[in-house]
Amino acid sequence: MTTAATTPPTPPAAPAPATPAESPNTGPSGFAAFPRVVAMEWTKFRTVRSTVYSFLALVIVTLGLAALITWLSVSSWDTLDADRRAAYHRDATGTILSSGIGLGQVAICVLGIMVIASEYSTGMIRASLLAVPKRTPMLAAKGLVFAAVTFVIGEIVSFGAFAIGAPILRSKVRVSLGDHGVLRALIGVGLYLMMLGLFALAVGAIIRHTAGAIIAVIVFVVVLAPLAQLLPGSLGKHVHAYLPTEAGQLVGQSAQGPKDLLSPWQGYGVFCLWTAVLLLAAGWLLKRRDA
Amino acid sequence: MGVALIEVQDLSKRYGDTTAVDHLTFAVQPGRITGFLGPNGAGKSTTMRLILGLDRPNSGTATIDGVPYARLREPLRKVGALLEARAVHTGRSAYHHLRCLAQSQGLPRTRVDEVLRLVGLTEVARKRAGGFSLGMGQRLGIAAALLGDPHVLILDEPVNGLDPEGVLWIRNLMKALAGAGKTILVSSHLMSEMAQTADHLVVIGRGKLIADESVEDFIARSSERSVLVRTPQPAQLIKELERVDADVTTADDGALIVRGMAAAEIGEKASAARVVLHELTPQRASLEEAFMELTRESVQYHADSGLSPEQPPIVGSGALAAPAVPAAESEVAE
Repeated sequence: MTTAATTPPTPPAAPAPATPAESPNTGPSGFAAFPRVVAMEWTKFRTVRSTVYSFLALVIVTLGLAALITWLSVSSWDTLDADRRAAYHRDATGTILSSGIGLGQVAICVLGIMVIASEYSTGMIRASLLAVPKRTPMLAAKGLVFAAVTFVIGEIVSFGAFAIGAPILRSKVRVSLGDHGVLRALIGVGLYLMMLGLFALAVGAIIRHTAGAIIAVIVFVVVLAPLAQLLPGSLGKHVHAYLPTEAGQLVGQSAQGPKDLLSPWQGYGVFCLWTAVLLLAAGWLLKRRDA
Repeated sequence: MGVALIEVQDLSKRYGDTTAVDHLTFAVQPGRITGFLGPNGAGKSTTMRLILGLDRPNSGTATIDGVPYARLREPLRKVGALLEARAVHTGRSAYHHLRCLAQSQGLPRTRVDEVLRLVGLTEVARKRAGGFSLGMGQRLGIAAALLGDPHVLILDEPVNGLDPEGVLWIRNLMKALAGAGKTILVSSHLMSEMAQTADHLVVIGRGKLIADESVEDFIARSSERSVLVRTPQPAQLIKELERVDADVTTADDGALIVRGMAAAEIGEKASAARVVLHELTPQRASLEEAFMELTRESVQYHADSGLSPEQPPIVGSGALAAPAVPAAESEVAE
């Protein structure tokens, strides 16, 4: 210590103390400390590029496709598949939105996975768990921050897609915000995206590898639904209806489809249940596994 | 005060069939640098991860000030850690990395600027950490460790892969921190590095404790004195020396290795017996050699442990006989 360090950049003289030393175990505990963890997760969330890119992709893809597909449908209305025309008449809102959300939701799945899996791939998880050694508050705060932001942006996208799609559709089907079920469907799409994000986050937290988790979510969302429909009789119908995203999407429809077994809120409840179970499993595993 | 800050009790960790840490018990006393020494794969990193609550032990406990790490309320204000593997999101800037950690502990923004200045990363604080060189990454890790101005620092191979400049910087930093009263547990697989910085040594091999003693004791114990003698009349000298109970062996090149007698005394005996001496050189093993011998010993213990299970391989001061001193790379002792 006496020999002054001649090495750059700064001689490590007595390091300045931080804020007045508190005794180690007098800091806020439990719920009082949670806002700090939320602040940490908020900083983490907004300071990586993948967050911005994913939300940009969600907005551009959803609004773009909602406009494009609605316009294509209107301009080729007479040659359009009869089922498709019926769908526009029965549930114009849901049909406009799903044309964009169908692909746009992939961005939310990927971001939800990256939010946690990238911590494992980069090693950041070790820094996070050293700061929050109880672990589960970290996952809870992460979920809270991600869900809140996704909900807000999901609602913007949802209302935006409707605002773009409804005027395009106007010459064929008239739909307005005041129509039965429309407002619920628009809010529902934001809720669906939020829950989908948490669902993906939970899968990412369980699998801990970005690629593996993406495959798992794709299996859930894309592969299982058609497979379930292949099951014989009403069994297939029921299994299909209770699959997480199939059930969850119902809340984004303004009117029930002819084959829908669950009501919009029942469907959303099923999706919430799936997500809750996965999040609990993720929290339990986070607590138990070596980081 | 004599109360250990870090206490490891009967700690074990297995990964599948491999036992990384094997019933390890040691304590780290406050206010000094404790070197945590062992060859690569000895279980140093695992032990540190267990102390920090990152891994769950199969048995035993590790506490900091009597409390498991996971129960510390503001852990970064109590313990600073630099892990061997990087713990930074490559896409985040150094500033934001430290900022989010500071927020979790209720530390002010100004503290982030302070530690950035301390480690000399102010200029690149807004750059993505993924683009940092090994040395810069290590500095960022040190900054994170110092963020909460902790009393305890746990540093895993802090000089690994650094250039000489970086090594010197970390060495001086550790000395400065110890001078300021911090407790430091620093791991290394290089004895020479530890000899320059540590006050106390905890040596492990294959997850088991080999030594827990001061650096001076370790050196004294590890470098049993011997004297290299060359003479054209070896037989006569051996007879003279063995009469006074010195232990003499003949090296491959005909030189004699004498143990249990100082060089001056050998010279006097030779002179009295009118034996001509061509060389009379006191030797001791280099620290590196002594350390390798010690840890090799631990491997043998491990292999033999089935034969004498009741005999614990844990060795206190002096119980482990110092191994034969290699004649090569001799050093002249004062």
